[in-house]
Amino acid sequence: MTRLKSLGELEALRKSIIKGRDPNKTCITVCNGTGCHAQGCKNVTAAFQEEVKRQNLAGKVDIRISGCHGFCERGPLVVIKPADIFYQRVRVKDIPEILAETIGKGNIVSRLLYTNPKTGEKIVHENEVPFYQRQKRIIFGNNGLIDPTSIDDYFAVGGYAALRKALQMTPEQIIEEIKKSGLRGRGGAGFPTGNKWESTRRAKGDAKYIICNSDEGDPGAYMDRSLIEGNPHSVLEGMLIGAFAIGSHQGYIYIRNEYPLAVKNVRLAIQQMEDIGLLGKDILGSGFDFNIRVNRGGGAFVCGEETALLASLEGKPGEPRAKYIYPSERGLWGQPTNVNNVETWANIPLIISNGADWYSQIGTEGSKGTKIFALVGNITNTGLVEVPMGITLREIVYDIGGGIPKGRRFKAVQTGGPSGGMIPESLLDMPVDFDELTKAGSMMGSGGMIVMDEKTCMVDMARYYTSFLEGESCGKCVPCREGLQRMREILTNITIGKGKKGDIELLEELSATLVDAALCALGGTAPNPVMSTIRHFRDEYEAHIKEKRCPAGVCNIGKARAK
Amino acid sequence: MEVKEVKEKVARVLQKYRHDKSLLVDILQDIQAENGYLPREMLEEVSRGLDVPLSRVYSVATFFKAFSLKPRGRHLINVCLGTACHVRGADRVLGQIERELGIKKGENTPDLRFTLETVNCVGACALGPIVIIGEDYHGEMTPEKVSAVLKNYN
Repeated sequence: MTRLKSLGELEALRKSIIKGRDPNKTCITVCNGTGCHAQGCKNVTAAFQEEVKRQNLAGKVDIRISGCHGFCERGPLVVIKPADIFYQRVRVKDIPEILAETIGKGNIVSRLLYTNPKTGEKIVHENEVPFYQRQKRIIFGNNGLIDPTSIDDYFAVGGYAALRKALQMTPEQIIEEIKKSGLRGRGGAGFPTGNKWESTRRAKGDAKYIICNSDEGDPGAYMDRSLIEGNPHSVLEGMLIGAFAIGSHQGYIYIRNEYPLAVKNVRLAIQQMEDIGLLGKDILGSGFDFNIRVNRGGGAFVCGEETALLASLEGKPGEPRAKYIYPSERGLWGQPTNVNNVETWANIPLIISNGADWYSQIGTEGSKGTKIFALVGNITNTGLVEVPMGITLREIVYDIGGGIPKGRRFKAVQTGGPSGGMIPESLLDMPVDFDELTKAGSMMGSGGMIVMDEKTCMVDMARYYTSFLEGESCGKCVPCREGLQRMREILTNITIGKGKKGDIELLEELSATLVDAALCALGGTAPNPVMSTIRHFRDEYEAHIKEKRCPAGVCNIGKARAK
Repeated sequence: MEVKEVKEKVARVLQKYRHDKSLLVDILQDIQAENGYLPREMLEEVSRGLDVPLSRVYSVATFFKAFSLKPRGRHLINVCLGTACHVRGADRVLGQIERELGIKKGENTPDLRFTLETVNCVGACALGPIVIIGEDYHGEMTPEKVSAVLKNYN
């Protein structure tokens, strides 16, 4: 492919791509996200391709491998465009019938449709499924429309139009626009993105770096993976705009090695950008140079913490440092460095294309835009949901998530990953945004939302998270290394019936020490699961300690007593 | 492994990453993917090739959970213990695999058929509990299914 040399050539290319496509031609999109992969979408895709060849339908229908649609519970998902017919749990044996009936005769194969469990009604179109109806998929929506391995597909849905606009703005104007949009970092802490960019731009240094933090370590959260795997160019476009605004010429993507498909897709996307001249020297004739490199992680949760990530990027063990000086002043190799999360970067092209005013209409006073959550655990509709900030937890769990399966009762929802907190039923009508979640003793985190039913023991969950964090503590500072170990021991004792009077108070004291004295965010937030369960479910702790009884029936207290 | 082979294998990986010290994790990932673990001789060769102290290479190799300094079995079993899998009973699945194979997590079977490890979320939470063997994802696992699944790997 020839390198694009100007903004005009970029626009001409997009027009020619769109012109070459027939919007009315039938296109069968097969979700190939990791969730659907685990359910066998690879064979389904291959079978479609074979069957299309066999039935000689290539002129009539296209097969498109798409990114994650989010409704992982019902995978493999197949959507037939432009009619938008939505088939779920599609197996290889269903394919000849889909082609013969739906493509050949225009009939719906009703057994593959989604059934609304409340009304028993069969639903034909993707956007009518209750799981999608309450969502606002401005970032995630394109995943289902494009093949993540095709840069042409990205161009066809308006890709790199924001870059074109940004290159005609000044860096200061771009930063002003991001500040005005109210975008806050999606990695967890919710720091205003525009301000971070501004301080990195203003900081003095020989070089400046930007980093995409794709070390999505929170168990139960996979929205970043699905974005970078399903629509890598949207993240890369955001990075390009950010680099231009900040004045950086080198970007890094730090990504978990547990996400092989995402690594593959983002590497391919970078290659495509290099080939076409969207990376490298003098991008689109603007005089701006920029390159992106991919670094894989090694399975350490703490590397999602930005200073640990930077250490790892320098080829050292991923141990954090105290942040007296922020990475925006001294980061990678001692130079000003801007670290943003995958979802944050994916927001950038939208803000630039549509303007800060459009963006800031969505959401609440202090939290603008949408947020993608991974809705998992004891929930009927497991999957990724993108909702406007300010939606209530009840709407997410019941309207979108379909409630708790097996007729059980809701007990709690855990947000913010292992160092987030448990939110009880009494707070379900709370609007979800950065500030409200913090008030409830939890946090936004990267967006994991783990629903727990009545058969989940809160003390056991606190033990689970503490033990997870103990294992992931890098061991550099004493409060985190020793404190978590002690806390895990106490919690384990409580769950096996050896809890003592005063344990709860001791846990609270240790928690307070970690909050005050731990070096990094991992240690500082590590007591959240313990503190929030004590706050909202103190009765369960007391039942374990005083009555030697696990109300949820999870802990083996009886056995310990029999011994 | 012979000295010559070690040198060649390491040189190939270092070449691919242009002897860039900051890509140490990636370099070790590739070596591990090829050999199943990180042999001592290869770590020494990496240290020489990159001009990075062996202590640094060792500390990175032992810091990250993905690396193993000991040989591993032909099939790597990763039981996901992420939260979504945990609340759906992943512990019981792990316990059954441990009993079935007679090893604990982190160990190899004596015949080097399996290595048993755990992982904290692979992001396939809809299918939890998940067990990954090699590159195959086994979803909605139960203790009862363990025996039948393991039979497929020799």
